[in-house]
Parts: sequence; C-alpha cells; structure tokens
Amino acid sequence: MIGFVLRRLLQAVPLLVGVSLIGFGLMHLAPGGPLAIYTLNPTIQVQDIERIKIIFGLDQPVHVQYVKWATGIFSGNWGYTFFGGRPVLDVILERLPATLLLMGSALSVAIVLGLSVGVLGAVKRYSVFDTLATTGALFALSFPTFWFGLMAIFVFAIELRWLPSGGMWELGEEGSILSLLRHLVLPTMVLALVITATWSRYARSAFLEVMHQDFMRTARAKGVTPKARLLRHAFPNAAKPLIALLGVELPFLFSGALVTETIFGWPGMGRLFVDALGMKEYPVLMGMMMFTAIFVILGNLLADIAIAAIDPRVRLQ
Amino acid sequence: MLGSVTATAPLPRDAPVLSVEAPLLSVRDLTVHIPVPPHVLRAVDGITFDLRRGETLGLVGESGSGKTLTALALMRLLEPPLADLPRGEVLLEGTDLMRLSEVDMSALRGRALSMVFQEPMTSLNPVMTVGRQIAEPVVRHLGLSTRAAAARAQEMLRLVGIPDPARVAGAYPHLMSGGMRQRAMIAIALACRPSLLIADEPTTALDVTVQAQILDLLAELQREMGSAILLITHDLAVIAETAHRVAVMYAGRIVEEAPVGSLFTAPRHPYTRGLLASIPRIERNPAATLPEIPGMVPGPAERPAGCAFAPRCGRALPRCAEEAPPLAILTPAHRAACWNPADG
Repeated sequence: MIGFVLRRLLQAVPLLVGVSLIGFGLMHLAPGGPLAIYTLNPTIQVQDIERIKIIFGLDQPVHVQYVKWATGIFSGNWGYTFFGGRPVLDVILERLPATLLLMGSALSVAIVLGLSVGVLGAVKRYSVFDTLATTGALFALSFPTFWFGLMAIFVFAIELRWLPSGGMWELGEEGSILSLLRHLVLPTMVLALVITATWSRYARSAFLEVMHQDFMRTARAKGVTPKARLLRHAFPNAAKPLIALLGVELPFLFSGALVTETIFGWPGMGRLFVDALGMKEYPVLMGMMMFTAIFVILGNLLADIAIAAIDPRVRLQ
Repeated sequence: MLGSVTATAPLPRDAPVLSVEAPLLSVRDLTVHIPVPPHVLRAVDGITFDLRRGETLGLVGESGSGKTLTALALMRLLEPPLADLPRGEVLLEGTDLMRLSEVDMSALRGRALSMVFQEPMTSLNPVMTVGRQIAEPVVRHLGLSTRAAAARAQEMLRLVGIPDPARVAGAYPHLMSGGMRQRAMIAIALACRPSLLIADEPTTALDVTVQAQILDLLAELQREMGSAILLITHDLAVIAETAHRVAVMYAGRIVEEAPVGSLFTAPRHPYTRGLLASIPRIERNPAATLPEIPGMVPGPAERPAGCAFAPRCGRALPRCAEEAPPLAILTPAHRAACWNPADG
C-alpha cells in the first residue's frame, strides 16, 4: 500500500515535468513572448524592457530559465507576478479559500442530489420520474453554464431581488457569515446544476448495471429487503465508477470554475485564471497549471486507493 | 432446531409414491404467458405437480422448455415486466405464494424456500465476504445476532464440506473455485433450513467430477435437513442419480411424470422415450448413429393447436394435431400427457 503510493507519486514526476514543459513552452511561444504586455505597450521604453528582462531573468538561456523555475516549484518559490511583483504561490493560496468554499458546497449538493436522482431513476426505470430526470439532465448539460448564471442573476437578483448578484460580501459586511451564505447561494446553484446532471447520469447507469447482476437476484432469493439490497449489495458494487468520477472532479475543488466565478464575481481560482489570462500574467498562469496538475494526480491516486479499499479484486500493485 | 420445519426421516429411493400426507408443495396450473406481439409466448403452460417433504423431484427438459421460468415463478423472482405474469396456485405448506404481497414473500424467501442458481461464478456478491453472505439470511430471518450468525455461517461452510471454514468465511468469492462457490451458494440457500430447495441446473457450470460431489452433497444435506428439492436440469444422468421422481417438460408443459425407476425403465411418452434413446451408452455399438428426435422444439409462433410434440412424434394420431392431451394417470404413480402412449 505504502509502496503503491510511493510508486504512483514517482510515476507522477514525469507527468509533472511534461506539464511544466508545456506550460513553460506556451509562455515563450505566445505571440510577443513572455513580456508581451510590455513590448506591445508603446509608452514603455526599450531600455525599461531590457531592465525588466534582467529582473525576471528572461535574459538568460531558455533552459536555465526553465530549470530555475521548475526547481523553484519544489522549494516553494513559484516566481513573482509581473504586476506588483508578489510571490505567485501567495497569490494562488489567497484565492484558494473562496474556491474551496464554492466548489465544496456545489460538489456536496450535487453529489447528494445527483446520487439520489440517479438511484431513484435506476430503481424506477422508465417511470415518469426517470423520464423527467433524464430530460432534465440532458437540458442542464446542453445549455452553457453562463446562460444558467445569467438567468439565475436575472430571476433571483434582478426580478425577485431575493439574492445578491455577485461578490462574496456586501460592502461593509466583510466577514459576516450570513452575508457570505447569501452570496454563496446563486453560484452554488448554477454550478451544482451541471454537476448534479453528470452525477445523476453516472449513478443511474452504474446502478442499472449492478441491479441486473446475478448476485442481486441471489440477494432477493435469500429474502434480503429492497433497502438492504440497495445499500448493502448494489451500492458498494456501483460505487467504483462514481469514485473514479470523484477522483477526476477533485481537482476542480482546487482549480475552481472559470465561468461561474467570473459571472458572479467570486474571487476564487477560476477568476484569478481568467484575470491572469487577460493580463498576460504568465507566472501566475504557469503556477496555476502546475497547481491543478498536482491535484489531478492526487485525485486519481486517492480514487484508486478508495476503489481498492472497496473491491477486494483490485490489488494495489 | 432452527428453521420452520423439523427434519423428517430420509426418504428411501423406492418409497411408495402414494401417500396420505399432504404435499409440502402443491403447484396447480402454473402458467407464464409472455406477450410478445403479435404472439403470446406460452413459456410455462399450465404446470401441475406435488412435492413431498424430503423428496427430490427432477424437472427435466431441453433448453427453452420452461424449466427455469417455472423455478423463478415459484420463487416469485421474475423481474418487471415479467413479474406479474405467473398465474395459478403455488401452495407451500398450505400458503398460496402467488397471493402473497412482495413483503410477505420476501420474508419466506431464504427461510421457507430458497434457490441455488446455475452460475456460481456470478451469483455471489464480489465485494462481500462469503461468511457475511451466508450470515445475511440468518440475521434477517432467524433474528440471530451478527456474531451468532457468523458462527452459523462457519457451521454451514463446514456442513457443505469446505475445509477450513473459518478462513473461507472471511474470504471473497473471487478467490474460490466454481465448485467451492456452488458449495457456498448451497450454504446460503440452506442456512435457515428451508423446507424447499429449488436447484436450477446446480451442476451445469461445473467440472464433471465436481458435479458428482455437489449432487452427493445435496442428497446428504437433504437426509440431514429433510428439505424437499426441486432439481431442475437438462441432464438425465443427474436425475437418475439424485431424484426420487421425475417430471419431463416439453414446450412449457409436463408431458410425463413418474418415479425415477419406472421413467427410465418404462417411459410412456414418446418424447421421453426419444430423450432416453438419445443418451449415449457404453454398451452400445459405437459404429451405430445415436438416435435423435427428428425436428426442432416448436417456436412460440409455430406451436400447434394440439400436442406440441405431435409434429415430431412417430406415434402421432390424427387427434394429436387437434387436441392437446391432458396429463392422464396411467398407473397410480405414472402420468403422461399423450393420446397414444407407449406400453409400459
């Protein structure tokens, strides 16, 4: 088990190197190079740009730049932002709580709701409920998130005036839990809608597959009640694809939601990424890429461990 | 003892077939008609038989003759859209199973009647230890504590001839062979000492040597627990070895029913005769072709109005094509559905 984890972490190293190479390469391949924000600005003098280059080490050979940046990641020095010259890791970490809160609440709501809808749809297959749930899920999955976001703002913030349209707090109420919760409702709703739709589809098909297995008939033949059949027999067997899905979704918990955070002015990771993109803030973009990649690897590792814990046939090797 | 039935004395293979004792299981006119537009598939078409305590009735027939569907209908295990199709009467110790609610039926399954399936490889839950799977019905039906049920599970594993039951109880099914799994399935089915065990092709998926072991085990446990067994198989050799009585099914109906001895020595229905003639025998001239029944089992659409076997039958009379023969009593123990039965 410990050997498995160590081996998987070692295997992740080449993956991270690959991601870092791509991230680093993109910055240098982008039109205008890493300092496009300055070189394309006619008010900045050539000698100033040269000075900036030296400050950020961009005058050195590319491979030296890469090694410096890549080794810095391990020692906690993720570079500095172009604007303000702040440490990149600080900028990322200060956005993390907002994203964790939003993604955490959206994922929890969506998983509970999606599982319930999916299981009920599988148990009562082809019922009115199942048909409605299937149609609803397809509806939620085929409309873009920004449309739901704008509609939610239009209905609940503008027309009904029940909830604020964006931000985390009212002005002057920073730190108030109640204000925070009120601001959390709409973005959570919009995000959860799409995730619920995904989860309900996965849960439905996972349970449908399991419920027609021979061992479910055995459980019925020995008199196990429907509830116990569902919880004790179907659930552990259906959980595997769902845990794999959870492992894939874990990185979102940390990387945030681009569209939703932008529409609702939520100061999380998603919006940081969009802002950094607009400002050609390459050190931040590269840092966020690495940050997300780490959680992709961790998410899948955790999912594999969890699946092995449930299913005795899966050996961690 | 545990369970609903006290063990009865073992039934000798040559026991008299007529008895004043009320049968344990009494099936009357069981039908499963499946609408497959534009036809109605008469998969099980009016089956009637009795089963006494401690007795083994072999239900034999080709694939598609309705054996498994009969078993699932008896257990009320058919899933929607077939769940509501079975009609008729299934009296188990006087209770008509067909009239029970699903909740009441579920309380009887695994306790009064249980079932062993054909596929031991897939019939056990892969993520639950074997011990827990055996203990589950014990907790549910007999109200034993988890610990007492676990002990009972180990006792059952020992009873079905598994060495080192303590270790196997904690193991998962994927580590076990097919024969071991089928033993575990039998342990599950008999854990609450049901009065009726339905075994649907319990040995078909197993190696020949293991087949014999499983059949011996069933017979031995029957002697010990006194359960009646409905043994479903397409294999006449299995029947000859294990059953007291045999019912032969053809196209959804029982065409002949007799004690095992007289069925094999003096079959009356032409279909049964054909089946028996087509068994390879060691003393037969190996150069001669094995006799076979001409033609095929009729599909649901082509089933004739009269006897379903008439088109393939060498003894068919004009009447056979028009009128289906009832299961008639030929001797007190021997019944056959034929207008022109062979001599005994």
